[in-house]
Amino acid sequence: MFNTIANKFAKKLLLAAITAAAAGFFPAAHAEDTIKVGVLHSLSGTMAISETTLKDTMLMLIDEQNKKGGLLGKKLEAVVVDPASNWPLFAEKARELLTKDKVAAIFGCWTSVSRKSVLPVIEELNGILFYPVQYEGEESSKNVFYTGAAPNQQAIPAVDYLMNDLGVKRWVLAGTDYVYPRTTNKILEAYLKSKKVAKKDIMINYTPFGHSDWQSIVADIKKFGSTGKKTAVVSTINGDANVPFYKELGNQGVSAESIPVVAFSVGEEELSGIDTKPLVGHLAAWNYFMSVDTTKNSAFIKQWHDFIKNPKRVTNDPMEAHYIGFNMWVKAVEKAGTTDPEAVQKAIIGVEYPNLTGGMAKMLPNHHISKPVLIGEIQDDGQFVTVWQTNKLIDGDAWSDFLPESKPIIADWTAPINCGNYNTKTKKCSGQNY
Amino acid sequence: MNILSLTRFQPVLALLMLAFSLAAHSDPETVSQPWQQALNSLAQGSMAEREQAIMQLADIKDAHNLTILQALLDGKLFTTKTDAKLVIGTDNQQGFTISDAVSGADLGAVEHDALSKINLTNKMRGTLRKIIGELELSADDPKVRLAAVKAMAKEADDRVLTLLRERADKEPDEAVRQAIKVTLLLQDMDSSDKATRIMAIEALKTKNSQEVANRLNTMVEKDENGEFIEPDEDIRNLAKAALININNRLQLYSSIETVFFGLSLGAVLVLSAIGLAITFGVMGVINMAHGELMMLGAYTTYVMQQLMPNHLGISVLLAIPAAFVISALVGIAIERGIIRFLYGRPLETLLATFGVSLILQQSVRSIFSPLNRSVATPEWMSGSWQINDFLSLTWNRFYILVFCLLVFVLLLQILKRTRLGLEVRAVAQNRKMAKAMGIPTARVDAMTFGLGSGIAGVAGVALSQITNVGPNLGQAYIVDSFMVVVFGGVGNLLGTLVAGFSLGIANKFLEPFAGAVLAKILVLVFIILFIQKRPRGLFPQKGRAADS
Repeated sequence: MFNTIANKFAKKLLLAAITAAAAGFFPAAHAEDTIKVGVLHSLSGTMAISETTLKDTMLMLIDEQNKKGGLLGKKLEAVVVDPASNWPLFAEKARELLTKDKVAAIFGCWTSVSRKSVLPVIEELNGILFYPVQYEGEESSKNVFYTGAAPNQQAIPAVDYLMNDLGVKRWVLAGTDYVYPRTTNKILEAYLKSKKVAKKDIMINYTPFGHSDWQSIVADIKKFGSTGKKTAVVSTINGDANVPFYKELGNQGVSAESIPVVAFSVGEEELSGIDTKPLVGHLAAWNYFMSVDTTKNSAFIKQWHDFIKNPKRVTNDPMEAHYIGFNMWVKAVEKAGTTDPEAVQKAIIGVEYPNLTGGMAKMLPNHHISKPVLIGEIQDDGQFVTVWQTNKLIDGDAWSDFLPESKPIIADWTAPINCGNYNTKTKKCSGQNY
Repeated sequence: MNILSLTRFQPVLALLMLAFSLAAHSDPETVSQPWQQALNSLAQGSMAEREQAIMQLADIKDAHNLTILQALLDGKLFTTKTDAKLVIGTDNQQGFTISDAVSGADLGAVEHDALSKINLTNKMRGTLRKIIGELELSADDPKVRLAAVKAMAKEADDRVLTLLRERADKEPDEAVRQAIKVTLLLQDMDSSDKATRIMAIEALKTKNSQEVANRLNTMVEKDENGEFIEPDEDIRNLAKAALININNRLQLYSSIETVFFGLSLGAVLVLSAIGLAITFGVMGVINMAHGELMMLGAYTTYVMQQLMPNHLGISVLLAIPAAFVISALVGIAIERGIIRFLYGRPLETLLATFGVSLILQQSVRSIFSPLNRSVATPEWMSGSWQINDFLSLTWNRFYILVFCLLVFVLLLQILKRTRLGLEVRAVAQNRKMAKAMGIPTARVDAMTFGLGSGIAGVAGVALSQITNVGPNLGQAYIVDSFMVVVFGGVGNLLGTLVAGFSLGIANKFLEPFAGAVLAKILVLVFIILFIQKRPRGLFPQKGRAADS
């Protein structure tokens, strides 16, 4: 017994020594002539399904930049860590990246809760985080750059499309029970009411993560939608739970023609793991579709296929967000001539970089970017056909104008306001930590 | 995608189109000029032009319309990338077999990427269904005619109504005639003649139709100013009476539906718990990797479908024995490799099997990628059994319910009637005595664990048809499985069955009032309280074995 314990102990020591060697000595040799970039995406656990792709995207972008000669005459080096879909671990890993590896910027997070958990660390240590996923808004940090869509760049235009183009009169707001759907639905409900939609014409439904038994909810939706008025479902249902949801819709005979579902979390990557038959015709609102035909997009897709060595892999919206975010950061570092976070934070505001779908994305003073909004219908090959798009780019709005409490608040990180939550009525910065 | 790139080559295209129309002219069948133009803009126009083209095609009655429009609706209409020719293609795994859309001439096989599909939007699909409905109203098959009438009823305008009126007199099939009648009667409700309206309401009151209910509802509702939308009081009262009638039936059917939902949820619970009822219930092993054994079963289904992509139905059926064997083998390996050293130490078993579950998850992630895999549902398992407008049961749930009962009966028979079953029961009741009687207990342990694991694998096949096939599949079901087994009474298979079904039904009756999240919590609280009162579950084991 004692023997085995001693043995195990020795093995642990050896392991520790090896890790220390790998972590400590190896990068030390290069420390002088490289700029480090942190990649904070889950490679295991629930979120691995979505985040692994983003890790690969970052590696590709960094590789590409190095081929172009690096940045400020130095090579870029990716430091990849795995927060394992564990929210507190995100904070720990972020601290490790900033204090131990001394990365110049972090690209990462997917769920809002992981971003919220990283937030205090990144503010305390004054780092930079690029967050590439559509989210609920109501936040603007000095240290975070939101390259995904704010609600006014995804949810509101989608509702406008349903209301004006499809003549939808009754609304089902269905979501998974956590912060993003709750906040988004709160905004949407307020928006619908401002458009004179009666309370009885709005049905709100929340389900737990990974919900798989949709029978009664779909039956309810069917009943709700059978009153003769055109009904649509606005879905903030999270990734995994969507498959059984759409399957049940298909099986109960709810077609996209009778009750269309517009989703904010279903993209090309999610569709590649789904039997798409029951989904054809349903909608999704994004700022990027793989099917958009521009030379920039074709080049990006080709580069991705070459890098990942699999011509069947798809590209999606958060990948484009990282593409834009990374290139904006590169431009800002070149402009500032240093990777010092303070200088880069100043330099990046106003930086422009072309979208893959056309138009120029611009980093705004509220740390959000301008984006086009596209609505697509799902096809049986797992791609989208764009059926509607905004005729100009929409500026990301950190604080929704449709919620009474956040209406007077704006974010502006330029002088003289320099605040993420400035109240235009009281002319004060609330000083809260977000 | 190709639309834009095509417009860039407009001059070339014009030439091609010329060639195309010349070719069409040399065709013995004469094709009208506007029809050809409509076809061209269908193939190469923008989405808006395409929409118009469909309408134009419908107006110019041409014999080819039905084939082309049907192919378009089914997603089988393509243009060739080389010469922008309109073709109908059928997928044959390696590529497409194509035929000319106009002449029907066989053009052989091509690669997948030689064609580009003509994409549709929902609006176009609706229009197409209506147009095809009009064309198929005189088809030979009554089923096709019924579908046609239903599609037309959705967009009933004057033209549709005239067509339906004409058809009503000639229609030989009863069901189709009824469908036409309901559509026409619904229209009569808006008639200016009061007698016609009363007659329509009287006739429709016995129909189980959602549309009728909607129409009647609007008759008794008030508008924003508090005035009745329907000014005539007689009609209003009549509508009220009819509505009560219809709503009663609606309620009845919706409770039948809820019971079915509950049973089918229960069937999933029973399926996932029944393997555990053996390993945990009979052997007393807390196997945290049980969910992962189900996941292996689901992945087996995926692999089977990859092996035989042309026979979806058969591959799912074959996956059942395959999943049983694979999960059983993995189960036996776990038992032989780990669990047998830990008998009598439940805490260590729990930790060790939890470790195994993580290892299994991560290995699946490494082998198949962390992304979910797409498992297709065979034709006979999709859609629903439409009993009437108010009640329809989905086929996949129905089959899983039947499958669950089959597995249960089979398992019961194995335990009751086979030698293995006898030995399993003997070891469960008194291990030492069984050993003294010459039963190889170690081997029986392995076999029992294998049996329980194999059934978990079979449950995985069923789960692959209703939920995601991914590395996390097992985690979602492990807690529910333990819940069902403990609630039903450890060591009692019948208890598991009853517990699964009652939890399922309770959940589904609570869900409409409490919402999905709260319903789950309420059920869990109920079980905790129940276990406080009756620690041995619904059907406690009796006798000496239970006391030890």
